[in-house]
Amino acid sequence: MANTQSMCTSFLGQLLSAGHNFASNNVARSANTADTFKAALYLTTATINAATTAYSATNEVSGTNYTAGGVTVTNANNPTSTNSSSTAGVGYWTPSASIVYTNVTLSTAFDTMLLYNSSQSNAAVAAYTFGSQTITAGNFTLTMPSNTTTTALVRLSTT
Amino acid sequence: MAIITTTKGDMDDSLLVHKSGSIDNEIEYTTWDEYYLGDELVHRSAHVTLKTSPFTDLIGATLG
Repeated sequence: MANTQSMCTSFLGQLLSAGHNFASNNVARSANTADTFKAALYLTTATINAATTAYSATNEVSGTNYTAGGVTVTNANNPTSTNSSSTAGVGYWTPSASIVYTNVTLSTAFDTMLLYNSSQSNAAVAAYTFGSQTITAGNFTLTMPSNTTTTALVRLSTT
Repeated sequence: MAIITTTKGDMDDSLLVHKSGSIDNEIEYTTWDEYYLGDELVHRSAHVTLKTSPFTDLIGATLG
């Protein structure tokens, strides 16, 4: 099997029912705080893709100093939206810091990070793939792309 | 001199063989550093910068 980079389909439907909140304010819920998002790593043998609906420990990496479920994503960026024309626009969001797995040993090859909402039943957001990696007594760092309309980590667009 | 975290504890990098590499393509820019004690890999770290992300195109209904 293989992992495929994709926005998770279930995430799109959940957006319409206030299933995810990336912002520090929230007009749809009583709690006026952002949800907590986490980033888990998956083996090259996993099958993480658009059909993934939630975090699962199946085929997640394991090793020294890696905690099942991954790490919490730093979120100081509220989502932003902008119009590119009178009929098109984009909403976007990117974590405000790199995602770092510190001093880990992950001996089995991995190539995917699943972003998911740990505040909402671990609902999946998106899968991000990269070249196969292993880590030995070191750090694995995922530096975020620039938080722009064309490069942000999560982008929703109308055309 | 620098201290490197290894599978054998912290070690001075002068005792180790350092290898590094990178990948630069449309998806990612990735660098890695490896340190060997003899033939044994005792440290490997990697740094991935994502360039692309999943993009969802939303389509609104047309009335009329």
